[in-house]
Amino acid sequence: MSDAAMSAKARPAAAPASAGDYFSLLKPRVMSLVVFTALTGLVCAGRPLHPALAAIAILCIAVGAGAAGALNMAWDSDIDALMRRTRGRPVPAGRISRGDAAFFGGALSLFAVMLMGLALNWLAAGLLAFTILFYAVVYTIWLKRLTPQNIVIGGLAGALPPVVGWAAASGTAPLDAWLLCAIIFIWTPPHFWALSLYTSGDYAKAGVPMMPVVKGAKSTRLQILVYSLILAPLGFAPVFTGLGGVLYGAVSAGGGAAFVLLALRLFRSRAGDADGAGEGVLYDPKAEARPARDLFAVSILYLFALFAALLVEHGLRSVA
Amino acid sequence: MNQPSRRNPFGESEEAAKARRQRSLAMALGLVGFVILVFVVSLLKLSGGHAG
Repeated sequence: MSDAAMSAKARPAAAPASAGDYFSLLKPRVMSLVVFTALTGLVCAGRPLHPALAAIAILCIAVGAGAAGALNMAWDSDIDALMRRTRGRPVPAGRISRGDAAFFGGALSLFAVMLMGLALNWLAAGLLAFTILFYAVVYTIWLKRLTPQNIVIGGLAGALPPVVGWAAASGTAPLDAWLLCAIIFIWTPPHFWALSLYTSGDYAKAGVPMMPVVKGAKSTRLQILVYSLILAPLGFAPVFTGLGGVLYGAVSAGGGAAFVLLALRLFRSRAGDADGAGEGVLYDPKAEARPARDLFAVSILYLFALFAALLVEHGLRSVA
Repeated sequence: MNQPSRRNPFGESEEAAKARRQRSLAMALGLVGFVILVFVVSLLKLSGGHAG
């Protein structure tokens, strides 16, 4: 009997894959943020677009993002199996093979890009193809296991959807679209590093060089603060280009100030300091991680509020 | 393993047969949706494709 056959026999039989397992390959929670930011880009473009075509553009972006997620899960199943947060995913749990997940992701990528090109325009289709390839190849295959800058550079894939949405509506990608991209790009490191400060044990076990694992918690907290100090004024910049109005200005000023204050609080804390665990009762890792958890939660709220404000302002403008 | 039947032609366990039927149904719905999408896009493209 071959080794593969023996290990297959030794492993308990996994439950058969359901349609829901294939849906979960698409990372629906990540997809929802992508859809929201892409929709904002599409609405901000300010071009009249048939509602059915707008819905198809959003569908293509959602399916493209999901396909990139499936390709990521196919490639990363070995490290996903080692982390608590990801070991229940269909590929590491044995319900879907890596090959099936890769084929599913590849087929959906082709579907999303081709439909975007045929229904909307080829600039949007090209940007969507670039986004999928960047996430699957540059981030997942190349950077994720290589450098602690993985999510800094890889964050470009998550930052591009508003540009894709803008291009889908207008056939162009002007400065304002790239400004939205830049906001998400600079938002990504403090967002993920805040999370990784209290989950770095998992990443270390899987050998993923996340910033707290490689450079330590103190350096990570400093870098979070630096990125937050860049993000707050950058988040306000759309007011100067005319993209954001009064509502957006108020939300970005208030949100940016809260973001920086929480980053400062995190910088002064000992969140993620694993060696502190040996210092007895004075150190409680769960309580110490609180500033990191708070910043992580507020970072999601901040990005959501910024894009919601733009959506409201531009949505009202197009109705008026 | 069950005996092959019309509803379960591969003689799979009840759970596996149910999951396969679900996947087949999802794929069928996906294909029908794709045909409808292409039809709608064709109509919109032929009629100009822009609102207003």
